[in-house]
Amino acid sequence: METTKTLQYTAKDFKSDQYVRWCPGCGDHAVLNSLQKVMAELGVAPHNTAVISGIGCSSRLPYYISSYGFHTIHGRGAAVATGVKVANPQLSVWQITGDGDCLAIGGNHFIHSVRRNVDLNVLLFNNQIYGLTKGQYSPTTKKGFVTKSSPFGTVERPFRAAELTFGARGTFFARLLDVDLKTAQQCMIAAAKHEGTSVVECLVNCVIFNDGAHGWLAQKENRADRTIVLEHGKPMIFGKDRDKGLVLDGFNLKVVTIGENGVNEGGILVHDASCEDSTLHMKLALMEGPNMPIAMGVIRNVEEETYDAAVEAQIAEVQAKSKVKTFDDLIDTCEQWDM
Amino acid sequence: MDKTKTTELDNVVVRFSGDSGDGMQLTGTLFSNLSAILGNEISTFPDFPSEIRAPQGTLGGVSGFQVHLGSGKIYTPGDEADVLVAMNPAALKVNAKAIKNGGVIIYDADSFEKSDFEKAAFTSENPFEELGISDSIQLIPTPLSSLTQSSLEGFGFDNKTVLRSKNMFALGLICWLFNRPIDQAIHFLTNKFGKKPTLLQANVKVLTDGFYYGNNLHLTISTFVIDKSHETPKGKYTSISGNKATAWGLIAAAQKAGLQLFLGSYPITPATDIMHELTARKDMGVKVVQAEDEIAGITTSIGAAFAGSLAVTNTSGPGLALKSEAIGLAVMAELPLVIIDVMRGGPSTGMPTKTEQTDLLQALYGRNGESPVVVLAAGTPDDCFHYAYMASKIALEHMTPVILLTDAFIGNGTSLWKLPKLAELPAITPNYVKPGMEGCKVTARDEVSKARYWSVPGRKGFEHRNGGLEKDYETGCIATEPSNHEKMVNSRQAKVEYVSNFLPELKIEGDETADMLVIGWGGTHGHLMSAVMNMNKVGKKIALAHFNYINPLPKNTIDVIQLYKKVVVCELNSGQFATFLRSKVPGVEFLQYNKVQGQPFTVTELEADFSELM
Repeated sequence: METTKTLQYTAKDFKSDQYVRWCPGCGDHAVLNSLQKVMAELGVAPHNTAVISGIGCSSRLPYYISSYGFHTIHGRGAAVATGVKVANPQLSVWQITGDGDCLAIGGNHFIHSVRRNVDLNVLLFNNQIYGLTKGQYSPTTKKGFVTKSSPFGTVERPFRAAELTFGARGTFFARLLDVDLKTAQQCMIAAAKHEGTSVVECLVNCVIFNDGAHGWLAQKENRADRTIVLEHGKPMIFGKDRDKGLVLDGFNLKVVTIGENGVNEGGILVHDASCEDSTLHMKLALMEGPNMPIAMGVIRNVEEETYDAAVEAQIAEVQAKSKVKTFDDLIDTCEQWDM
Repeated sequence: MDKTKTTELDNVVVRFSGDSGDGMQLTGTLFSNLSAILGNEISTFPDFPSEIRAPQGTLGGVSGFQVHLGSGKIYTPGDEADVLVAMNPAALKVNAKAIKNGGVIIYDADSFEKSDFEKAAFTSENPFEELGISDSIQLIPTPLSSLTQSSLEGFGFDNKTVLRSKNMFALGLICWLFNRPIDQAIHFLTNKFGKKPTLLQANVKVLTDGFYYGNNLHLTISTFVIDKSHETPKGKYTSISGNKATAWGLIAAAQKAGLQLFLGSYPITPATDIMHELTARKDMGVKVVQAEDEIAGITTSIGAAFAGSLAVTNTSGPGLALKSEAIGLAVMAELPLVIIDVMRGGPSTGMPTKTEQTDLLQALYGRNGESPVVVLAAGTPDDCFHYAYMASKIALEHMTPVILLTDAFIGNGTSLWKLPKLAELPAITPNYVKPGMEGCKVTARDEVSKARYWSVPGRKGFEHRNGGLEKDYETGCIATEPSNHEKMVNSRQAKVEYVSNFLPELKIEGDETADMLVIGWGGTHGHLMSAVMNMNKVGKKIALAHFNYINPLPKNTIDVIQLYKKVVVCELNSGQFATFLRSKVPGVEFLQYNKVQGQPFTVTELEADFSELM
């Protein structure tokens, strides 16, 4: 049977009749296409899927998916999605957010949904800029970057989404690049299968206000040398010629070339996404150019009880013991007298 | 033979006051429940200090509990106390002005020493003189501490544990004073301490000793008898606080509607007890998310409403301010949502433990855009059950957010509550999409009521995208077309106004033929009603119109108000409801009686003001 598995849905089944209004060339288009393919592959029916967003360019996404969708208010998508999932844990809930929506105005809800480990699939579109309000710097904009609200360059230190996720005790973190469809879909499928808050940082380009936001790694000719796609259980090898790898050098990661200085494949670190200790995941997620590759793929994927399941389990446990089943039973528990 | 004389009274007010560790709330609750079981009407009000545990014996740590019992209808916890139980000089000082002439003060003589006077910031060693306590008030010094110590001799408790029981000695004494058999009190204690037999035995011993202390001493004071109430409709009763009644109203509504109850909430005084009550009801399947902030409290609820639950958030003034934007989302998404505001003294942090009615205009208008919601206000502690139930019913049937206003006074206070049965409560029929409507747009609505149809995720054929952007009336797609926006604004307004078709008419209490009409709303009902009834009793013609439905107003509002020559709007704010009525009822001069002191009205001040106005 496994070999003849047929897909119940196609990407088309998840396309709504709405015209997609993002700018031509915006990275969001590619992420949307990947998501629709992934939803089809996952086989969860559109009516059992809920896509919840906040405000911003990326938060328009629910209009383009033919499932149940809710475009809410700025920064609050994580809290609304928490309510949806806790109210009905049977639903597959996707939260669509951006670097401003999630990490500025919605920062509090983000860290708490991650801390609680609500079973949400969070696509965090990071283009390091506010697009919908037309070009102000965001919490992930690189220091010194000139934007409309920082004409002399920002003087702020940016957030790193992974660091924040791990600081909030996140159980899942992946990173994808808009134009790398294969990795994008792998990340989304893993996120959907992971039970708990799955944070997927989507590196997307903003052609209008921050063109080339991720240009250093996005160019196809350099991508293999400047990124490493991590896969659980596989050695951390990358490069056009698959000859580079990561090793530990004291407490730090180091790039080595296989075949040089006595390095062979066996000496390369093997990725363990399921390791409870997030130290190495953090090191991997924070690698930056030009000396280190940017880590892509599923960096952390740890099993932990979800909040929504824990809420249900506690209710079931109390209900099994309690004599109070109905409102009238509840009334009977009162100290009561005749008058 | 007992020669103590007995006086019959219609009603009496007893106030228990002591350190926050003295167990005054428990003593007061036991005494009021005991009285209710014996057939009295009751109304109580706890007066908590704002500090969690202020230093012992200081003014900041005084905790009080007032109960009003009567053989007739009781509407308020009473203005001044007939009997004050003061466990220390600080308690005496805090309550000195609230004792009736001819009243009684029972105090713990062991706690009236020099050091105790200092703690309570007395400058002399005669607190009664210093406070100017009237000679007409009878003082009964009782060495409660040492009597409790001798009562518990041989139990092997340390002194601290022993003294913790002195409230039971006071309760025993009060039971004797009011001719209350202590069997029922013992029954209550058994329920409370049943699992700790030694503690139970000790408390029962002290209670009993307190009772016989009064009995054997032949104190030269009168004991009191308050007859059973004959005005209370027959039935089974309990006593309930407004916050608990609110929580239970929501539970009842959820079961009646066949829905899961969901509460998103962030702790805030004086609203938190609603969350405590609901989160304890996992047996009823209630889901509670204690959110990271007020905004998440409401937005998790909006998510739950989207997903098909009876969704509720509760808060107090500052929290309602934080929820404003999200209430607008619920207005725009046309989702059923119940928002409970237990009002407290404001603005800003204000006076968190004190009562006020200052959030009315915030509830009505405190949002961006044209953002109408239904606004209800409960009048008494037991009323909170009914209005929480009705708020849920209206939200679900009319697909709108509903704000229910209660306040610290009725939220924390208790009154008698006739126990309902679920079957007796009105049906709740959420405005679901109907079979055959598959493929309908998110904006599809009942063209008469304008209520949007509710389709819930998980149901095939009704997938839709909702949100805070304006939608096209027909297609449900995002729309900025000018006349469509106005049409949508009007339809959301019409939906809220249509609710008035289902509201009971405004009724007049008191003397309908009067020239003067008192208008009130929400938690002031008891005081206004008492004042009007007292005045009617002595032949003064005055009537009361009390509002529980604020937006929309009952349909006959204009007709009723216009019947009266003089109209005075009484509220615990600077005139918010008066302002609202002026915008709704033409041709009437609305006089105002306002109080913004963090305290309820007193019946005395109302009567004085009304008499002057007449």
